[in-house]
Amino acid sequence: MNDTIQFERKPAGMLRASLFSAALAGFAVVAGAVDAQTLRAVKHSDLRVLDPILTTAYMSRNHGYMIFDTLYALDSDLVPQPQMVDSHTVSDDGLVYTFTLRDGLAFHDGATVTGADVAASIARWGERDGMGQVLMSFVDSMSQGASANEFVINLKEPYGLVIDSLAKPSSNVPFIMPQRLAETPSTEPIPEQIGSGPFKWVADEYQPGVIAVYEKNEDYVPRSEPASWAAGGKVVNVDRVEWVVMPDDQTALNALQAGEIDYWESPPSDLLPILDANPEVTVKNLNALGMQTIMRPNTLNAPMDDVRIRQAAIASVNQKDVLDALVGNPELYSLCGAMFVCNTPLATDVGSETLIKGNGMDKAKALLEEAGYDGTPIVIMHPTDVGTLRTQPVVVAQAMRDAGFVVDLQAMDWQTLVGKRASQASIEDGGWHMFMTNWVGADVFNPLVNNMVNGKGPDGGWFGWPDVPKLEELRTSYATAPTLEQQQELAAEIQKIAFEEAVYAPIGQYFVPTAWSTSIEGVLDSPAPLFWNISK
Amino acid sequence: MVGYIVQRILAAIPVMGFVALFVFLLLRLTPGDPAAILAGDTATPEQLEAIRESLGLNDPIFTQFFRWVGQLLQGDFGTSILSGKPVIELIGDRMEPTISLALTTIILSVTIAVPLGVIAAWKQGTLIDRFVMLLSVLGFSVPVFVIGYLMISLFSMELKWFPVQGFRPIGDGVGDFLHRIALPTFTLTLLYIALIARITRTSMLEILGDDYVRTARAKGLPESRVLMRHALRNCSVPIITVIGIGFALIISGVVVTESVFNLPGLGRLTVDAVLSRDYPVIQAVILLASLIYVVINLLIDIAYVLLDPRIRYA
Repeated sequence: MNDTIQFERKPAGMLRASLFSAALAGFAVVAGAVDAQTLRAVKHSDLRVLDPILTTAYMSRNHGYMIFDTLYALDSDLVPQPQMVDSHTVSDDGLVYTFTLRDGLAFHDGATVTGADVAASIARWGERDGMGQVLMSFVDSMSQGASANEFVINLKEPYGLVIDSLAKPSSNVPFIMPQRLAETPSTEPIPEQIGSGPFKWVADEYQPGVIAVYEKNEDYVPRSEPASWAAGGKVVNVDRVEWVVMPDDQTALNALQAGEIDYWESPPSDLLPILDANPEVTVKNLNALGMQTIMRPNTLNAPMDDVRIRQAAIASVNQKDVLDALVGNPELYSLCGAMFVCNTPLATDVGSETLIKGNGMDKAKALLEEAGYDGTPIVIMHPTDVGTLRTQPVVVAQAMRDAGFVVDLQAMDWQTLVGKRASQASIEDGGWHMFMTNWVGADVFNPLVNNMVNGKGPDGGWFGWPDVPKLEELRTSYATAPTLEQQQELAAEIQKIAFEEAVYAPIGQYFVPTAWSTSIEGVLDSPAPLFWNISK
Repeated sequence: MVGYIVQRILAAIPVMGFVALFVFLLLRLTPGDPAAILAGDTATPEQLEAIRESLGLNDPIFTQFFRWVGQLLQGDFGTSILSGKPVIELIGDRMEPTISLALTTIILSVTIAVPLGVIAAWKQGTLIDRFVMLLSVLGFSVPVFVIGYLMISLFSMELKWFPVQGFRPIGDGVGDFLHRIALPTFTLTLLYIALIARITRTSMLEILGDDYVRTARAKGLPESRVLMRHALRNCSVPIITVIGIGFALIISGVVVTESVFNLPGLGRLTVDAVLSRDYPVIQAVILLASLIYVVINLLIDIAYVLLDPRIRYA
């Protein structure tokens, strides 16, 4: 670091500009001259729902990480580490888990965190979250332990993923909230934003669509371990964090380059070269698991109720075509046939050959022939208002047309798609055949959190509703598998059957880098944006 | 006059009622389910049903409509489905940026455009006239977002005279307020200068050929007095109309300008609410926009009477 103050001669034009700017600054605060301890971030979307259990929206999850804390959290090796928990014991029969909370845990209203708060929070989470629902199916009872800082789970039968469930990193995250809030029905939003996390919510300054503000929780006691993903010490180095909504990417780009914001969560790929060229901006992918983009057929509506038709649709698609159109830069995507995401312990490419090699067109045509496809138009829902979702349907539709399908690509906005995809109606009554969406890798990286391999059918399945009892058997076996090796075998078997039944197809894995000013440091790698550890 | 105003206000009531009914029905017929948006990807059908029930979305449409109208009559605009904040508070937060932008734009535009239009008409066919018309064509033809980006590129990124984005309330200091509202104002002003200058020129050209103007000149009145006192005043009705409608347009939301300069105005609130099917917010902002149009039209009509004594209302 050079501490010498240097004076340099400025060209006349620059001098005039400087003088004018200084004159403006004489009656106004110069742009970007905010408090040095205020971190200003532009997130990928707007924070609208403040209850991270009520919704799976990633912004609500991110908000949860700010003000709530978790019992456990995954580190960067995907290993659960204690966060609010000091220690835990398991009875010899594997049925009783007793957790002791660490000292110094307190909610923002000053109340101490107790086992009763934890029990109520986990129960509410277990009503909404898929992995939580599986956990609850094994739970006999949950309660505060012998002392206020103990929490006990009694199981009906041994379950190997108790800690993994409590360390779930993405939506819905099992955040701990005061009992009075956690007793809110899980279909209604919590009335207050009181957590025990490293930041406090500044309710007075919240303007949906404009800004969300957090201030440092001075009473938070971080763990002593270094931060790693959401595990380790949550040391807050700034006084205040502002999430500023900027609907226009070009504005966010300019604001970052002008120093008006410090952090931009997800700049679009076409603007990355500009950011890369700026020495005052760091661009890095923080989420090694990236995003998985998928195509999901509806198994209820003909002709997609015929497995051969679904297989033909998947066989016609080439991941590279999708990713070239969606992302463009090969450094920001990878061809990945793993339903449970590449670079994870459960990753396998079984069943995904045509997707990766792009050699399935002949197979697709043969399958259509064999199934006697009669030219019924395939209704693909096409959300045109979401940049990361508007490309895939076009590429997939063209691939399917090349295979011999007749495709009805229906343009709509994303919220219409969200409403329509919940409909099990026939095509004549407004139903659908296929849609595409994206998942954060951490939301699909095992058979319990990955909704698409749910085989419960129309009653309890995820949109598309494949009825595949074998998948459910295998998922149950996975839940109780005692070793990683067995889990890997079961995950591979689940993936094999999921491809055979063509319940869905991952059509690419891609990465969304984050950009930040070099005036800040300590930005953590994580599947969700985290704001502790950052200093300015 | 007073009777006329009362009559107009009374006439506005059924208009507002029709707008309310139309907006309400249109929203309910639009695809999209606020409960599904709220619940996210993994909600079960039972949970979705419970959320719909808690939001009152399962009630018959007209039950929902009359419940909403009942709330409105008590001054309650409802609560945002997504954020849970009172709609009146959301709108209140967005009013200042929008009204500020509307006022600064209209004041600056009128200050520049009316003299330009008058001069262009006075000097019809000269280089000045052609320059004003060129400016007018450019103002109409170049999209607002292009002008906005060019302004940012030059004045914010290169010269660093103004911030790229954002809004500061006037209560935080007049200097900071003006510093941040300047670029969006300049951007929109170009469009409004084009509009108002053109209307002013056209109106002036019609008037300048009239006998009474020739008479005024024949009496030896100074040209400035002929233009400003005799001509401009008599062609002010169409100019006032354009200014009024322009003001209403900005108040009801200029989404592109608000987005480019990240101004948290009513336009963005409306678009965000539509995209997230936040029914109470959409209903309230559209009703508000309709009310603004009704009020501004009323004010324009009153201005007609004040400016042109020949106009009388029954």
